[in-house]
Amino acid sequence: MSHESTAEAPCACACACGEQPSEAELMARLEDLIEEYHSKKGGLIPVLQVAQTIFGYLPDAAINRIAEGFNKTVSEVASVVSFYSFFTRYPRGKYLVRVCLGTACYVRGGKEVLEAIKKRLEIDVGETTADRLFSLEVGRCFGACGMAPVVMVNDDTYQRVKPARIQELLAQFTADEVPVAEGESK
Amino acid sequence: MINLTVNSQQVHVPKGTTILEAARKINVQIPTLCHMENREPIGACRVCLVEVAGAKTLAASCSTPVSEGMVVHTNSKKARMARRLVVELLLSEHDGNCQTCDRGTDCELRALAEEMGVKTLPYEGSKLKSHIDDSTPALIRDSAKCIKCRRCVTICNEIQGVGALHPQGRGFDTEIGPAFTRDLSEVACVQCGQCAAVCPVGAIIEKSSIPAIWAAIENPKLHVVVQTAPAIRAALGEEFGYEPGTRVTGKMVAALRRLGFNSVFDTNFSADLTIMEEGTELLTRLKSALVDKKEVALPMFTSCSPGWINFAEFYFPQYLPNISTCKSPQQMFGAVAKSFYARKIGVDPKNMVVVSVMPCTAKKFEAQRPEMNADGVADVDYVLTTRELGRMIKEAGLEFRSLPDEVMDAPLGLSSGAADIFANTGGVMEAALRTAYEIVTGRELPAENLHVAAITGLEGIKEASVKISDTVYDWRFLEGVELKVAVSHGLGNTRRLLEHIKTHGSPYHFIEVMACPGGCIGGGGQPRYTDDSVRLKRIAGIYAEDESKPLRKSHENPDIQKLYEEFLGVPLGDKSHHLLHTHYTPKQQTCPGAWQG
Repeated sequence: MSHESTAEAPCACACACGEQPSEAELMARLEDLIEEYHSKKGGLIPVLQVAQTIFGYLPDAAINRIAEGFNKTVSEVASVVSFYSFFTRYPRGKYLVRVCLGTACYVRGGKEVLEAIKKRLEIDVGETTADRLFSLEVGRCFGACGMAPVVMVNDDTYQRVKPARIQELLAQFTADEVPVAEGESK
Repeated sequence: MINLTVNSQQVHVPKGTTILEAARKINVQIPTLCHMENREPIGACRVCLVEVAGAKTLAASCSTPVSEGMVVHTNSKKARMARRLVVELLLSEHDGNCQTCDRGTDCELRALAEEMGVKTLPYEGSKLKSHIDDSTPALIRDSAKCIKCRRCVTICNEIQGVGALHPQGRGFDTEIGPAFTRDLSEVACVQCGQCAAVCPVGAIIEKSSIPAIWAAIENPKLHVVVQTAPAIRAALGEEFGYEPGTRVTGKMVAALRRLGFNSVFDTNFSADLTIMEEGTELLTRLKSALVDKKEVALPMFTSCSPGWINFAEFYFPQYLPNISTCKSPQQMFGAVAKSFYARKIGVDPKNMVVVSVMPCTAKKFEAQRPEMNADGVADVDYVLTTRELGRMIKEAGLEFRSLPDEVMDAPLGLSSGAADIFANTGGVMEAALRTAYEIVTGRELPAENLHVAAITGLEGIKEASVKISDTVYDWRFLEGVELKVAVSHGLGNTRRLLEHIKTHGSPYHFIEVMACPGGCIGGGGQPRYTDDSVRLKRIAGIYAEDESKPLRKSHENPDIQKLYEEFLGVPLGDKSHHLLHTHYTPKQQTCPGAWQG
């Protein structure tokens, strides 16, 4: 199996820039990685780190393959993956939604805003929607306390957000999206 | 040798001994939770802290090796307070609904709190999140009760070689479970229940069938039959304060009758039946290989242990053709009860309920396998563990110790000693050899007291060989053959044996596998806590039961002979095939959680 074509892949992130190498190419790179590390003491964490850079996250298929390659149980590898907050099993979405829960935003209803977003996106903090459009995180003060409560979507700031306006706020990002093909949604 | 002082007493122990072991040697008790015999200490629970003179911090005695001149105080104020603090902190996050907890009376954490004089709960903190996993027919896990001692992790990974359980996440949010806190049904858990057997608290328990069984007993339309596995009689007594290994067969029968079961029978009966079927199957396979020169799957493996069957279906599907097609004695019993016996007493099989008492949690899974029925009627309806039967007896207010000794009902209650030893590792093999040797040679198995010494005891993988000579005419093709057998118990040992066979081939003709350490006497449904000393006592109790029987060989059981005459015909005949045999299917785990394939 030749991996040359993928070694210099321009983009290994999970973004939607259209230049992504195929799943098979990524898995082939994972094989090389496992081959290199599987007999090294303490090789598991470095492989997980590099694998996360290759895929943009740690897909279950990669975790299962790494477990196999290292002759460990999946539950043991999962134990490591879930221990370190650096590792993520889910790809980040196109839009990273961050809700500020700093003091000012918190007292002015940031928590209610967060709940409304969770409800609208049907995900919890730290998760990504199935269509990979949104990821949800919590921030601790964006330095815009006068405009509290504040929500950021990628680099744009939205001020004085009300739970009732969430639908409208997020609608602008979904308007021109082509639905993701079946099978890519996980 | 190392000299040290524990609580002003001189102790003399070999190098490498831990403080805990040294203290126990002079009968100084130090509490433990995570500690397990014959396993590397992990020091997870911290309840074994002791003071070592000159050391800056307290030492976990389970994982600290002794050193020359060491001075240890196990009961200084500092040590006692520290251990109490550890228990108080465990209690602060623990779901403390002891009144309704399955382990209300035998919880090790509760016992420790009492021992340490914890009278108030000084720390009010967040409680653990409850994730209840009741996805399997065998087990229920509740993360809110888990104290993360990791005994289950140790037994699942190191002893059973399954690896379904590991700590997931970190800190307060850590949950012990399958990968990414999946449910057991999603991963390759074999439901052996060893995790439930070692859990010190109520975090892993069997899924109870007690309410359904009471309902069946109380329904006058139903005829409720109970069968008890051989391993129960040498362990049930522990639930009522008897020494492990005490034989309580007679009192158990009396109790079952008083609970209201309509017929009290014995899985031993169908163990004898299993020997007839499985022994014949082995000899038939050997004949195909040696005489007809046919491709036939050898070595043959036993099929009594449902944890082993699950293990093979998940991890070693290439050996499924080698596993005897015989249903386990539990299932054979159900099949015979709902056909032969139902007809005999004029009861519609649909109105007959078969309850089994098993030392096992995987039997709960086995009973509901779709292939375990004949003509749409399940062989076995409900399975109780030994512990659950103990609970039912207490619930009914029966004073077990003062019950008379009674005998099983006929016709499915009579059994040979060969059936009793199905409970012990090596027992099924010994029972098979007693019968097969005699069929082939016409003579009794030439072994002291009929015991095949090489395959008794707790060694993980055992082997024996029996030279066959002076055969009877029908089996003359076996003349001069050295029958080679192997026995493994504990799935970790089984994995090692199978990996060895995979690479080096098998010199064996017949292999007995029992999923649990020690065999069924050490099953996941047996009274807690089971360690090697308990295993050996139960094993001795079972051999004593065997030796006390007038019948020692399955083929001599007159009621088995009658069953063939009146109903089944011959071993491996059409009726047997329909009722007593089954098939196996390779299993895929939905989400890899444990070892993969």
